[in-house]
Amino acid sequence: MVLASDTTTGAADHATAIEAWSAKLLQELPPAVGVLADVQRRGRAALEALPLPRRHQEDWRFTDLGGLTALSPRWDAAPVAPPADWPPAAPGVTRLWLDGRSDPLAGVELPPGLRPLAPLELSQALGHTLAAVGAEHHWPVAFNHASAGDCLALRVSGREIVQLELVSAACNDQAVLPLRVLVVVEEKAQLELTQVLLGSAASLTSLILELHLGRKAAVNHGLLALGEAPASLLAHVAVEQEPQSRYQFTSASRGWALSRLEPRISQVSGAAHTHLAGLQLAEQHQVADTHAWVRFEGPDGNLEQLHKAIADDHGRSIFNGAVRVPRAAQRTNAAQLSRNLLLSNLARIDTKPELEIVADDVRCAHGATVSRLQLDELFYLQSRGIDAELAASLLKRGFCAEVLKGLPAAAAVWEPLARVLQPGSALSAPERRP
Amino acid sequence: MIRPDAELLLQITDLHARVEDQPILKGVNLEIRAGEIHAVMGRNGSGKSTLSKVLAGHPSYRVTSGSVRYRGEDLLALPPEERARMGVFLGFQYPIEIPGVSNLEFLRVATNARRGQKGQEELDTFAFEDLVNERLKVVQMDPAFLERSVNEGFSGGEKKRNEILQMALLEPLVAILDETDSGLDIDALRIVAGGVNQLATADNATLLITHYQRLLEVITPDYVHVMAAGRILRTGGKELALELEERGYDWVDEELAALELSENARTPLEVA
Repeated sequence: MVLASDTTTGAADHATAIEAWSAKLLQELPPAVGVLADVQRRGRAALEALPLPRRHQEDWRFTDLGGLTALSPRWDAAPVAPPADWPPAAPGVTRLWLDGRSDPLAGVELPPGLRPLAPLELSQALGHTLAAVGAEHHWPVAFNHASAGDCLALRVSGREIVQLELVSAACNDQAVLPLRVLVVVEEKAQLELTQVLLGSAASLTSLILELHLGRKAAVNHGLLALGEAPASLLAHVAVEQEPQSRYQFTSASRGWALSRLEPRISQVSGAAHTHLAGLQLAEQHQVADTHAWVRFEGPDGNLEQLHKAIADDHGRSIFNGAVRVPRAAQRTNAAQLSRNLLLSNLARIDTKPELEIVADDVRCAHGATVSRLQLDELFYLQSRGIDAELAASLLKRGFCAEVLKGLPAAAAVWEPLARVLQPGSALSAPERRP
Repeated sequence: MIRPDAELLLQITDLHARVEDQPILKGVNLEIRAGEIHAVMGRNGSGKSTLSKVLAGHPSYRVTSGSVRYRGEDLLALPPEERARMGVFLGFQYPIEIPGVSNLEFLRVATNARRGQKGQEELDTFAFEDLVNERLKVVQMDPAFLERSVNEGFSGGEKKRNEILQMALLEPLVAILDETDSGLDIDALRIVAGGVNQLATADNATLLITHYQRLLEVITPDYVHVMAAGRILRTGGKELALELEERGYDWVDEELAALELSENARTPLEVA
């Protein structure tokens, strides 16, 4: 994927190319049908009015979507079957295959406490969380609205922990996989949600996941985004938390030519607990971007956020961590840390905390570090007979493991650490070490 | 144990080294044979820690002249990992914390690197666990520390025990212990020193770097060297440590001043 040049003529040509691409995209989309027909129509109208984000927009300063114009989406392509070599789901885990076309629930027996939303419930709930987190008018959201033909909508209730795994793969040339998921977690219900997004070839995965957590609900959410350039990923994870709910989100992404992950969380009346841990790798010419946003709409909210990135080769990592603490959010306790490893002279890391604090009685800490592998740590390992290369890979593993340990237990079958760190593609099963 | 016919393990000759542009070692000479325990004492800044790091191959230190031969081979030509695999061990004054790297795995990888060098087969996880559980006894260490990240959140004493555990697993021929006694209370000191004593044999040698005499009450050295201004000023038996304890380091300054005077006096002659 070629990054846009910033020269004036180049930029003008670029803009024209993007407009032409957007127009063609809209023309070629299949007619709006099904439960999301209205959403599709609105999304298409929005796309028409909304230009592709450009780098002069603050939110897109470091991330150029221009590369998407190389895609000529094939909307008529046949649905893709699950990969033959995927690992079996962990015991007790309900695995659903999302191909954007067929019904993921067909032939699946759902466990107690998990059921699909009725059409009326869906129409009431869909889009509510996106609006609450202020993401309705984002281009990737409009794109998903315009193109997603179906929505997986589930309700979690009861006292049993529901273990759900969602797997998708966009692995064909010119494939666009729009995924729309909505999960309502009722009061006191508990969900472990593992999501695995696989992508390869010149493809685009577009995800909108809306999660609503009722009072005292607990969700442990893991997102394992394993790509292989030139595949791209645009993902919005929108979450509303009622008081005393706990939401833990652990994400790991690697390998995408371009990935943009936007976890956006609203504590609707404060007094909830949010734990965000992210890991992203940007190698070769990859661009890995996380724009996180957390807003407290009431007092006594908690946020713990750790974002880690490794940039190597010509890779580029971007992290923007917005935290909004309005006047109503007294006694908010928020801590954000961004830790980055810069492993090449040509790689680049941009990290930015963005705290807006109006309430006066709050504790909001933030910090960021960018470093190379620590010389003393390397020397310590070497002084025990471990060669420099293995020492460096042990240190990288240690760096990543701190985030990955937060993934739901069900994610273990995917061997996240091995896949994130293995050379070459993250899609294939890791090679056995002797 | 002094045996004049024992193998000469380490031979340091006129070693000069710098950190950044600062000369620290200014002509260190030292010979260590199998079976011997040497103690290097000296004030802060005398160069004793630098000596240990230079021997282990720390990249921040640059040798400007002199030589170090380890069992006849040029030690300085080897990268740190090869020195370790061949049997040179540095016990760190401040062991490094490595978050996210399991202590057990670290110990296994290190042990196998050393075993490979010795032509022994690598140990799988199970065989290694048997070995490590046996060696834990040397330092009376709780197996729970194996499950944690390397040194992360360990107390000072636990870190030093972990160092001696590594020594017990790697079975070095020359163990350099840099201020292993620092930051230890008396019980921890006894356990750590006890570990060192258990590991000392007729075939290996130990070089203790220390500031205080108290370590030498529990580990009896065959030789004590006093280091100052980047070289070994005086060598004696264990009674030299007692003398230092009694008289302090002030006499070292006097001796050093006298030495520098005589050197300065000699210099014009040499030039002429």
